[in-house]
Amino acid sequence: MSLNMKDQHISICRQNDLIPNSGICAEFAGKQVALFYLPNESPAIYAIGNWDPIGKANVLSRGIVGDINGQLVVSSPLYKQHFDLITGRCIEHSDVKVPVYVVELVDDYVLINQ
Amino acid sequence: MLKVVIIGNGMVGHHYVEQLAASPVAAKITVIGGEARPAYDRVHLSDYFAGSTPEDLALTTKEHYLDMGVDAHFGDMVAHIDRHNKIVITESGQAYSYDKLVLATGSYPFVPPVEGNNLPQCTVYRTIDDLGMIQTQANNAKVGVVVGGGLLGLEAANAVQNLGLETHVVEFAPGLMGVQLDAGGSSMLRRKIEALGVKVHTSKATEVIETNSEGEGRIVMHFADGGSLATDMIVFSAGIRPYDQLARDCGLVVGQRGGITIDQYCKTSDSSIFAIGECALFENKIYGLVAPGYRMAEAAASQLGSESVSFQGADMSTKLKLLGVDVGSIGDAHGREQGSVAYTFSDERIDVYKRLIVSADGKSLLGAVLVGDCCEYDTLLQYFLNGIDLPSDPESLILPANAGGSPALGSSALPLTATICSCHNVSKGDIVATMDAGFCSLGEVKSETSAASGCGGCAALLKNVVDDEMEARGLDVDTAMCEHFNFTRQEMFHIIKVETIKSFEDLLHKHGTGRGCEVCKPTAGSILASLWNDYVLEEKHVGLQDTNDTFLANMQNNGTYSVVPRIAGGEITPDKLIVLGQVAQKYQLYTKITGGQRIDLFGARLQHLPAIWQELIEAGFETGHAYGKALRTVKSCVGSTWCRYGVQDSVAMALYVENRYKGLRSPHKLKSGVSGCTRECAEAQSKDFGIIATENGWNLYVGGNGGMKPRHAELFATDLDDKTLIKYIDRFLMFYVRTADRLQRTSVWMDNLEGGLDYLKQVVIEDSLGICNDLEAQMDAVVGSYQCEWKTTIEDPEKLKRFRQFVNSEAQDKAIIFVEERGQLRPAKEEELQKISATLD
Repeated sequence: MSLNMKDQHISICRQNDLIPNSGICAEFAGKQVALFYLPNESPAIYAIGNWDPIGKANVLSRGIVGDINGQLVVSSPLYKQHFDLITGRCIEHSDVKVPVYVVELVDDYVLINQ
Repeated sequence: MLKVVIIGNGMVGHHYVEQLAASPVAAKITVIGGEARPAYDRVHLSDYFAGSTPEDLALTTKEHYLDMGVDAHFGDMVAHIDRHNKIVITESGQAYSYDKLVLATGSYPFVPPVEGNNLPQCTVYRTIDDLGMIQTQANNAKVGVVVGGGLLGLEAANAVQNLGLETHVVEFAPGLMGVQLDAGGSSMLRRKIEALGVKVHTSKATEVIETNSEGEGRIVMHFADGGSLATDMIVFSAGIRPYDQLARDCGLVVGQRGGITIDQYCKTSDSSIFAIGECALFENKIYGLVAPGYRMAEAAASQLGSESVSFQGADMSTKLKLLGVDVGSIGDAHGREQGSVAYTFSDERIDVYKRLIVSADGKSLLGAVLVGDCCEYDTLLQYFLNGIDLPSDPESLILPANAGGSPALGSSALPLTATICSCHNVSKGDIVATMDAGFCSLGEVKSETSAASGCGGCAALLKNVVDDEMEARGLDVDTAMCEHFNFTRQEMFHIIKVETIKSFEDLLHKHGTGRGCEVCKPTAGSILASLWNDYVLEEKHVGLQDTNDTFLANMQNNGTYSVVPRIAGGEITPDKLIVLGQVAQKYQLYTKITGGQRIDLFGARLQHLPAIWQELIEAGFETGHAYGKALRTVKSCVGSTWCRYGVQDSVAMALYVENRYKGLRSPHKLKSGVSGCTRECAEAQSKDFGIIATENGWNLYVGGNGGMKPRHAELFATDLDDKTLIKYIDRFLMFYVRTADRLQRTSVWMDNLEGGLDYLKQVVIEDSLGICNDLEAQMDAVVGSYQCEWKTTIEDPEKLKRFRQFVNSEAQDKAIIFVEERGQLRPAKEEELQKISATLD
């Protein structure tokens, strides 16, 4: 996360677009990105692909977030598999993975970079 | 193939068919039943007058037999058995040849040979047809007499009382239930049933019955002692006699006082012919209970296969409720064994009588009598059946707990051979084996073994066995909901309520670990809604909800949603129907009628949901909560408003019920139905709570379910007025909301409820826990704070922000692709998507 955000960052929304302890979806470079805002965590914002490769629909932003043995995860609203918010890996199927994006909250802006 | 013919289709005959059909023996089974209907539950015959229908009592149907490959004929009596040619000939002239013949002809009611016993007002109590005759005679009658003060007589008295008649019991012997009870128990029983308004006449020999020419009553009975009794009708229920005429006619050996003689394999004197049930005589004894009959059926069926089981006689101990009075009798109730010692406890304030018969050395239990309170029955029966050594102070087994009574016998003390459920012959060993196979919860053990699904009397004992076994295996009954909370839903409910917790964060901070997950968050969200009925999309609750609750719609397999407006009771105006069509057209929604009499609109994109609802709400619709673990629909028939048969206005009641409970959050979805008469067109008996109209009000059924594991709802209360009906439903629902586990439908909840239906009745009707005021107040609070979540949502621009596909663009989700089928749109299938993307390339 220490890479230089200034050069490649894009602002995709404002902080008040985010919903605490829940997810929303943003469009970025033609892709759907699920953004999760967890104000009690550090960092407080996470981004993974919105496409659920198991349920085959763009829905991960609408899952419930929580943790499994301390790992931050979102549970797919379709068939409830868990995806790690940091690595994108599916807990139930270790060969399944969704993309992760680098995001940062700067002032009031949500900045993203792949 | 072996040709097996079974004469008689009572409970035992039917059990034989089931046993044989389930065995590996390849047999061509033919059933000949004298009654017009297939086997039914004779044990619960008196339920007929408490609202049960013949269908409720049925154990099987003609269709079911057909499916099993059984050739069944009903309403045709067998006239003759030709043993030489092995042929059975019926009264209608049909002939069936057999290799093996099974006589399951049962018994007929004994009618004392008294002049006048053939008057039309004289009936018997044995079959469903008899009940019809009793009902006919009871029309315009005020007084009914039952002749017979034994077990069957008191059952019949219950039926007569249920018909609303002044009820008399006339018994020849000096006491009631002389076979099962000693003099003390018998007189306590008499006190109790007299207090219930039944008039008891003992030591009465009836000499003549004649038409009454003067005063009240259509007929009059004259007794040997000179007395007389006027009545409108008589039910004879003074014992049974084996139906053995066919056997006599074809020369089989029968007992001196009747009954077809059988050996331990249930074979008669002809080795090709078996006899089972109440027509059979084993070691000079007729077994007039259903459980021994079942054991005979099993023994006889096993003779056709490789594993022979023998019938060893059966214990005749019994526990039952007669006219609402608990009565139990075990073994030698009269203390006939030499040197036996009796302990007696009697409390006339609460009318309880208990007696133990103990061997001379004080070590073993020989018999027991319980009247008014049967809670020790299971424990005593286990002592008796398994020869377990009694404690040094046997009286402690029947003394009240505060007087030094001992706790119930731990089930770990029972041998593996101990019978836990005698209706289905399930031993402790069977239960252990089931648990070894991985079915460990009480509900699983019940459904795997059928234990506690007959009379239900062993439910508490079964739970003890299951709990003890769990403990013995070092298996903690792991009731933790998930890794974040070490509680059941019920415990979480209590914590939230007692500590007035209003947010998940607070709950997690005080009682949990970690950050929560998709199991505990919605559970807590549902409890918070049940208790405080906050708007579910309050910001602090948003992250707790499943997507369906968050977006107030049901997510479908392609990420779109379906929309279900409430159509209470299935009643809808043409104007509203048109609006639904217009909205569906405008947003290109797939339209389908649901099983709950509503209309489901599929394929709505997330960002269209608010606009769709805006239009629906303007037309007067409100949310249907199809997305929530909440009340869904109350299905109804048109009832007395239109139907020629309806006896109450079922639509009005359905509307009232649906509008009262809409929005109630519960452990799982809730469905209901209201039928306007017993034809039951609304299928109320397959619902969590079902309401069926009667001439006098409403019958309430609870715990029904369709779906994966269908379960008939159980009759909970009868002939309720509107107010009482709603009061009971309030209490029932709130008790369920409070105590059920997450995602536990009422049917499973009831299966796991210790004490089952009776316990539920105590809590809801008799307020045995003293919580009913609280339950009602809580329901009132929930009802009073109802809001249409969609109305609240579309009025708040902040909330509407959530309903965007993208936070930063107005684009649509390109992965959602529909194709047309039968004039509507549906999601494209995988192979269709591949074709579509190939054309695009």
